[in-house]
Amino acid sequence: MKNFLKIKNLSISVEDKIIIKDLNLNINKGEVHALMGPNGCGKSTLSNVLAGKEGYNITNGKISFSGENLLKFSPDERANKGIFLAFQYPVEIPGVTNINFIKTALESNRQYNGLDPLKPGDFLKLIKEKAKLLGISDENLKRQLNVGFSGGEKKRNEALQLMMLEPLLAILDETDSGLDVDAFKIVADAVNSTRSKKNSMLIITHYQRLLERIQPDIVHVFINGSIIESGGPELAEEIDKNGYERFNNV
Amino acid sequence: MSDNQEKLTEKDFKDPYEYGFETEIDSDFAPKGLNEEIVKFISNKKNEPKWLLDWRLAAYKKWLTMKEPNWSSVRYPAIDYQDSYYYAAPKKTEKIESLDDVDPKLLETYNKLGIPLKEQEWLAGVAVDAVFDSVSVGTTFKEKLKEDGVIFCSFSEAVTEYPDLIRKYLGTVIPRTDNYFAALNSAVFSDGSFVYIPPGVKCPMELSTYFRINAAGTGQFERTLVIADKDSYVSYLEGCTAPMRDEHQLHAAVVELVALEGAEIKYSTVQNWYPGDENGKGGVYNFVTKRGDCRGNNSKISWTQVETGSAITWKYPSCVLKGDNSSGEFYSIAVSNNFQQVDSGTKMIHLGKNTSSRIISKGISTGNSSNTYRGLVSIHPKSNNSRNFTQCDSLLLTDNCSANTIPYIQSKNINSIVEHEATSSKISEDQLFYCRQRGLNEEEAVSLIVNGFCKDVLQKLPMEFAVEAQRLLSVSLEGSVG
Repeated sequence: MKNFLKIKNLSISVEDKIIIKDLNLNINKGEVHALMGPNGCGKSTLSNVLAGKEGYNITNGKISFSGENLLKFSPDERANKGIFLAFQYPVEIPGVTNINFIKTALESNRQYNGLDPLKPGDFLKLIKEKAKLLGISDENLKRQLNVGFSGGEKKRNEALQLMMLEPLLAILDETDSGLDVDAFKIVADAVNSTRSKKNSMLIITHYQRLLERIQPDIVHVFINGSIIESGGPELAEEIDKNGYERFNNV
Repeated sequence: MSDNQEKLTEKDFKDPYEYGFETEIDSDFAPKGLNEEIVKFISNKKNEPKWLLDWRLAAYKKWLTMKEPNWSSVRYPAIDYQDSYYYAAPKKTEKIESLDDVDPKLLETYNKLGIPLKEQEWLAGVAVDAVFDSVSVGTTFKEKLKEDGVIFCSFSEAVTEYPDLIRKYLGTVIPRTDNYFAALNSAVFSDGSFVYIPPGVKCPMELSTYFRINAAGTGQFERTLVIADKDSYVSYLEGCTAPMRDEHQLHAAVVELVALEGAEIKYSTVQNWYPGDENGKGGVYNFVTKRGDCRGNNSKISWTQVETGSAITWKYPSCVLKGDNSSGEFYSIAVSNNFQQVDSGTKMIHLGKNTSSRIISKGISTGNSSNTYRGLVSIHPKSNNSRNFTQCDSLLLTDNCSANTIPYIQSKNINSIVEHEATSSKISEDQLFYCRQRGLNEEEAVSLIVNGFCKDVLQKLPMEFAVEAQRLLSVSLEGSVG
């Protein structure tokens, strides 16, 4: 599908401060896009707005997803329609186990889409299989969601949720931060394995590192709330070598 | 199966108060008001022996001299004790032999509540002594319990059948003059449950009573007495729902537990009295006195409660740790919504040596409600090497509610240790957004977070109650995020 996600002339401000200016971005089904930019360029604002977080003032523009006006849906409706945000800073929820959280989310998702819940046995088999790929132990599945988890463990959890929920559009917000070298490879490869013609990805990062393992179709340079240049993977390599300086002068 | 225990929202719970219906049954009323004649009427109605009538009258006379307590945080208009009925029984002409003889309307009421007595006989080995208004109408599993020598019957029946036990233990944990509401109960109690577990017997099933206020304007004055003889064990479950009405209803129950040497009593409550509407109109006044006496060495009493109902809750299930090495536990979840007022907690009185107590209290406030934990830990001079651990956590959902923790700690023994931890928190926007981004709607998200917050206590409930409790939590907090 062309223009699976279509962002048109989007402007966003927070408390009168303009964060995103006249942004245009089209992602087709099956494509992986990378959005690269320095800190404070509005990357997280964009991911939050796509996911429906409150507190952002959309002053202009439209977002459509799968042909529908995305902005009219609540965060949970968007999630159940297939938008997944891998958080940069996943929250802790005391008393709720990792596995139960994922089960609850998956059931909500399936129910919304008219599917029966997975049988407990099937669910268990599936989650164990995915957890194994990510090097998450059974013990960690039973732990309270993100409580006392290291940064790397939290990111693995996000990847696990992504793999279990099989979203149509996965937004990865700085998923590589906080990961050591080994964990980085595991998580990146696991996420990469979910790529298919049926789903898309938007990878938000400021390093090229992640893009070596999840190769994007298109790279966008995102500075001060606007995309100022788009290109192939070679653009990411250039940024890795020379930084954002060239673009700051544009 | 902790997994199952955390199963959360029940989407079919959409009614503001699902159990708000009233069964039309002719009640056999005592005249309105309270005086010596009424006390005699009740006692006479129940064919009680003279000693019990005298006991009631003594309580009544003392009550007349007492003042309604005002030290708690709850506020309510003055109660007119003369404007209430003190006895109402479902009409019956002959003694009920089996459930088949029970008024079908009554059974239907239970069905609406999801507790079909007849089916319960088949379920999970739970014996049910159902208290409808003031008189027990059906007791199941009695025969099976009898084989082990366990006595589980209505209080009135126990007065007739086991007068020695009643006389020996009644009022020995909570004296009839203990407090204003206990004295009132002692004077006019109508019925309740009685349990006796013989020495060395582990009660083969969970014992359970469902209370339900019916008949407009009738106060409930239940009286429960549980005795666990030496080295015995019993788990008792109590659950309450009440129909919707506008008038306030007074509920002043008394529960006494006695654990002899080496015995253990686990007492669990899910309380869902009508809390009043969203404007604070109506609702039950719940003034309960519950106390357990660890009378023997190595005995143990554990209170677990999930409180979501009542306009006013005034309740402090307590343990008196008399026996050496005895232990007391209090696990509580108290939810307050709209204009509910909760002042609840526990008292742990350490008298024996090497006694221990543990208090885990979870308060959840939303709407305009107020939720106070009030607890006393008292270690007496001779209570050597005793210890207490207390943890009080409050969760606030709106800006207009309040949560207070008022711990009283008195330690008169230098070798004993008392620990107190308290936290209060709000559900964060980030937590809610995180859950919603994964596909949970707002209510499901709140329910998930609240259930997580309460997990330590929910785990202490017997399985079948844990599920019910979680449903209750979800219902109580619907639409409550501010």
